[in-house]
Amino acid sequence: MVGAKGQTPVISIQGVTVKFGGIVALDSVEFDILDGEILGLIGPNGAGKTTLFNCLSRLYTPTSGNIAFMGESILGQPAHRIAGLGIGRTFQNVASFANLSVRDNVRIGAHSDTRSNPLFDALWLPSVRREERKIDEVTADLIGWLGLEDVAELPVGGLPFGTQKRVELARALASHPKLLLLDEPACGLNHDEVSELGTLIKRIRDERGVTVLLVEHHMSLVMSVSDRVVVLNFGEKIAEGTPDEVQKNPEVVAAYLGDGH
Amino acid sequence: MTQTVHTNAQAPSASVPPYQPAPAPQAKLLSLGNIVSLLVLALLIAIPIFSEGFFVFQMTQMLVYATAVLGLNLLTGINGQFSLGHSAFYAIGAYTCAILVELGGVNYMLTIPIAGVVAFVFGFLFAFPALRLEGIYLALATFALAVATPQLLKLNAISDWTGGVQGIVMFQETFDVPVPFGLPMDPGTWTFYLTLFVFAVVYVLALALVRSRTGRAMMAIRDNPIAARSMGISLPYYKATAFGVSALVTGIAGALNAIVIKFVAPDSFTFIFAVLILVGMVIGGVGWLQGCLIGGLAMLYFPNIAEVFDDIVLWVANIGGFADALPSGNEMQQQFIRLSGVIYGVILVLIIYLAPSGAGGLLRAIAGRIKRLLS
Repeated sequence: MVGAKGQTPVISIQGVTVKFGGIVALDSVEFDILDGEILGLIGPNGAGKTTLFNCLSRLYTPTSGNIAFMGESILGQPAHRIAGLGIGRTFQNVASFANLSVRDNVRIGAHSDTRSNPLFDALWLPSVRREERKIDEVTADLIGWLGLEDVAELPVGGLPFGTQKRVELARALASHPKLLLLDEPACGLNHDEVSELGTLIKRIRDERGVTVLLVEHHMSLVMSVSDRVVVLNFGEKIAEGTPDEVQKNPEVVAAYLGDGH
Repeated sequence: MTQTVHTNAQAPSASVPPYQPAPAPQAKLLSLGNIVSLLVLALLIAIPIFSEGFFVFQMTQMLVYATAVLGLNLLTGINGQFSLGHSAFYAIGAYTCAILVELGGVNYMLTIPIAGVVAFVFGFLFAFPALRLEGIYLALATFALAVATPQLLKLNAISDWTGGVQGIVMFQETFDVPVPFGLPMDPGTWTFYLTLFVFAVVYVLALALVRSRTGRAMMAIRDNPIAARSMGISLPYYKATAFGVSALVTGIAGALNAIVIKFVAPDSFTFIFAVLILVGMVIGGVGWLQGCLIGGLAMLYFPNIAEVFDDIVLWVANIGGFADALPSGNEMQQQFIRLSGVIYGVILVLIIYLAPSGAGGLLRAIAGRIKRLLS
C-alpha cells in the first residue's frame, strides 16, 4: 500500500519535543504521514500519544521542532484555523453538540469550509442561501453515507455511544479534510462495533480519499487497518514500519510486555 | 482542492452497497410553528381593535419586555453565556433614544435602530474583557455592570445630557407620542402597533440568525466549546458577536420602553430589572426564543402578582358563592400586597420545580405525551 499513492507527506513531524516543566513528554519525535495512507500511532500508557495528538490539533505548542502540513508549518496558526487548513479530528470520549440534531452537528462540521457573517445571516441574503444549500448537500451526503438517516433529526445527546461516534466522524468529514486525526476511536465500543469501525476507517480512506492518523490502544484494530505503524514509548519513537515489522520488533515487544520476554 | 479529492473518490468499492444521500429537510411554509406564529400575530394585531386604554398600554409594555427577553435568550439560551447586567443595555437603548429625541431633535422612530447600534457597540466591547470569564464569574462581572449603571447615569459630569437623577421627560412639546402620517389613531394604539412591528422584525431576524451558520456556531460553543474550536469556530469572535447582538436587541427594547413610557430615569434600570428579564427568560424557556412572549407576560404580571392573585380569589369566590364571607375588597388587597413578595417567590419556586425548562420545555413535554398517546 505504501507508495501506491505517492510518497508526498501530508504531514511531517520534524523533531518535535514537548516539555512540561522538567518532564519530557515527547523527545525529538520525527515521522511523516504519507498521502492516502492509514498510519497507526501506538504506545503504552503515558508514551506521549495524546501529547502528540494535541500538538497536531494545536492545543499544545511544541517546545522545539516543527510540524508541517502540506509543506507549511502549522505552528503559527491558532487552534480554530486547523480545521480550515484541512485537518479534521474526533475526540476520545465523544464531544458532540448534545442538544443539537445529528444534522446540525454535521452542518457545524462544515463551518470551516464555508463563509458568512452574522449580518448577512440574519437577513438570509441570497449568498447565505447558496452557502446553506451547499452545507445541506454535504450534510445529506454524509448522513446517507454513514447510515444516519433514521436519527438525522434527533438530538445527539440521547443516541447510543456508537452512533454518537459515527456522528462525530460525519462531522469531521463535513469540511472535506485532507487528513483525519482519530483519537482512540475504539474506546468504549464493543467487539462488533470495533470491527465495523475498522471497515469504516478503510472506507474513509478509499472512498473519501482522506489520509488517516489513528491513535489507538486497540491493538488488533490498529494492526488490521494500518498501512504503517509508529510506536512511541516514554516520549520517544522506538519503531516505525508495517504492522508485521512492528509486531516482530524486539524493542516494541519489550515495551509492551516488559524486558523479561 | 479537497473538493476534488472528495468527488474523485465517489465511486464506491465493490464490497460496499451503494447509498442514497438522505434528502435535506425542506422548510415547509405551512408548518405547525408558522401557523401558530401567524395566529399569535393576528391575535396581537386584534388587541387594540377589541380593547382600549390601559390594557393596550400593558400589552405594549409586554411586547417591549418580550423583546428584552429575546435579547437575553440569544446570549444565554443560544450561546450559553450568563448575564445579570442586561438592565445596562436596556438603559443604553432608552437613554440613546431619549437624548436623541429631546436634545438632538431626531425623529423618535429613527432612534430605535440607532439605539440598537449603540447598544451593540457597548455589548461587543464589554464582551472582550468578559471573554475570559465563564458561568458564575461572568454573572458576577455583568452584575457589577448592572449595579454601576444607575450610578453612572446620575453623574454630574454628564447630567447636561442625561438629566441626572431627574432623568429626561420626552415629548414635552407634543405631550404625547406624535402619530405620524396623519393616521387616525390615538397615540396609545399607535405605539402599540409601532412596538409590535419592531418586535416582529427583531423576532424574525433573530430566528433567522439562530437557524444560520452563525447561530449554529453560537450553539456549538454553548454545547461544547473545545469541539466547536476544532470545527474551526473562533470562540472570541462568536462570543463577542453573541454579546453584541444580545445587547442590540435589548437596547432596541430599551428605546421602545422610553417611547412607551415617555420618560427615562436612572432608577428604572437597576439590578432588579436585570433579574426580572432573567426571570422572564427562564419562564419562557431558556434557548426557546418562541417563549419570549410568555416571558414578557411574566415580566408584566409578576411584579403585580398580588393584584392578579386578588382578582383570581375574588373570581373563584364569586363562582363558588362565598364572596360575602371574604373581607371587603380593599382590605383583602392590602393583605395580599403585604404578601406580594412571598407570593412572587412561592410561584417562582413552583414554576422552576414543575417546569424546570420553562414554558418551552412544558409545551414540548405535553406535545411528546400527546404524540405517544396517539401512536
